[in-house]
Amino acid sequence: MKKFCQSGLIIKRQRMDIKVETSKKKTEAYDVEKIRKDFPILLQKVHGKNLCYLDNAATTQKPQSVIDELSKYYETINSNVHRGVHLLSEMATQAYEESRLKVSDFINASSESEIIFTRGTTEGINLVAQSFGRVNLKEGDEAIISAMEHHSNIVPWQLICEEKKAKLKIIPIDDNGEIIYEEFEKLLSERTKIVSVVYVSNSLGTINPVKKIIKKAHSFGVPVLLDGAQAIQHLKVDVQELDCDFFAFSGHKIYGPTGIGVLYGKKNLFDSMPPYMGGGDMISKVTFEKTTYNQLPHKFEAGTPNIADTIGLGKALDYVNQIGIDKIATYEKELLDYATKSLSQVEGLKIIGQAKEKSSVISFVFDNVHPHDVGTFLDFEGIAVRTGHHCTQPVMDRFHVPATTRASFALYNTKEEVDVLVNGLKKVLEVFS
Amino acid sequence: MDNELRELYQQVILDHNKSPRNFRVIENANHHSEGYNPLCGDRIDIYLDVENGIVKDISFQGKGCAISKASASLMSSMVKGKPVEQAEKLFEKFHDLITGKLGENPDIEELGKLAVFAGVRDFPARVKCASLAWHTMINALKEEKDIVTTE
Repeated sequence: MKKFCQSGLIIKRQRMDIKVETSKKKTEAYDVEKIRKDFPILLQKVHGKNLCYLDNAATTQKPQSVIDELSKYYETINSNVHRGVHLLSEMATQAYEESRLKVSDFINASSESEIIFTRGTTEGINLVAQSFGRVNLKEGDEAIISAMEHHSNIVPWQLICEEKKAKLKIIPIDDNGEIIYEEFEKLLSERTKIVSVVYVSNSLGTINPVKKIIKKAHSFGVPVLLDGAQAIQHLKVDVQELDCDFFAFSGHKIYGPTGIGVLYGKKNLFDSMPPYMGGGDMISKVTFEKTTYNQLPHKFEAGTPNIADTIGLGKALDYVNQIGIDKIATYEKELLDYATKSLSQVEGLKIIGQAKEKSSVISFVFDNVHPHDVGTFLDFEGIAVRTGHHCTQPVMDRFHVPATTRASFALYNTKEEVDVLVNGLKKVLEVFS
Repeated sequence: MDNELRELYQQVILDHNKSPRNFRVIENANHHSEGYNPLCGDRIDIYLDVENGIVKDISFQGKGCAISKASASLMSSMVKGKPVEQAEKLFEKFHDLITGKLGENPDIEELGKLAVFAGVRDFPARVKCASLAWHTMINALKEEKDIVTTE
């Protein structure tokens, strides 16, 4: 036990160190070269060229500290959480719950019991659709989403709406890729039971006016879920300031491991919702006659959780805090502006998604070259981009394109990499001209 | 250009992509099918005019990458005038070629111009691009009404 307490102290002390460093770093300039050194994968060569990783909206790379944390967990404290009386189990439990605190702090939840660990954004949305939707959606009721949703914020609602004979209403978007807010206002009614919208679009980069949307929905007494998969790594998220009712995100998009995500929900809503999955950990007492469920957050975490990756996510948030999300946002905005300007000068290139408020995502098309061909050619230049519909087929239909090429930037990308992309595209155009 | 890449995007493929043959609709076609690749959103329509077991005319329409467009174009010029049975056999051989089942030095006599697709075997993600038109044609010949997908 003594050893356990010591380890607890170490964890706490590390957190204090980080806080000290954060305040110290505020005055320092953004040193991207130094940051790049934290990501071992960026040193790799691809097809003999320096890796130029511009597929960050799909997944981000991991800093050494996160990679080390995962092996450290398996090397030193691997054991099952919550019920063990032995030392390792207590240490693993403490580290696991410490991550919950870090997440809670990161998004400014009012309590860590409002933080549910999931496999990712998709599971978070499914949880709300199935659990909240099951008790709140009835025949003739309506759920509202937008026309720029990822399939993971469309299909879960279609499933529950079909089951409950409820209707799914879609907020249209304009030619710039912005939500038409007036149309959203028109869709809201006493039939509306939930609004579920994306904070930042993965295929267009649009940052939606979610605060305004939430306020309006609340005036009808309707809760709002934010799909935060593309927001969490780019913007300061404060769930209390936003006043959102649910917020879902994935760890791997914010420099953490895959297979771990977070669903934030307001306590009173979570309390009113039935469990999503049944099993161990989510109960307080089981008999064959009746089972009583565990308290939040455990009520929604059935089965042995993804312990190592949860701890890894905590480490990733430490990393982001160390640099500072506001500084990251400023740097990425600079990159976005530079990339938008540079790409606009490439002959025949058309940017899809020209919202006023955008995150560092640029989707584009050419008249005569298909995105798949662009992607293959860029790959041979060492440039990783995404091509396809980006799991947003309705967006592709809206802009009458089968697919786009998407370059998405993260905290470690540089202006030089934008130049590499532009030169790569020029080579593609030479071949296809 | 990298050798592997040059092998995939041979000049013939680039030419057919730029000016595809039989890129039109056959009015009154007696066979038609629509193909769809959900991975990239590509769609293709294949039209066939089959008489007495012979492909008298074949055409296609749609949107796709250079590989899928060139594949449809070359396929149409290869099977036009041939018996349906031969077209089906050619597909089997073509499929073996692009999935690497014919090895490093395939016997290309039977395949003719289709041999330019040999490079696809090194790009597993592009096999579906090269085979979409063929799957769709086979489906059209069977007169199956459902949309073909390569997933």
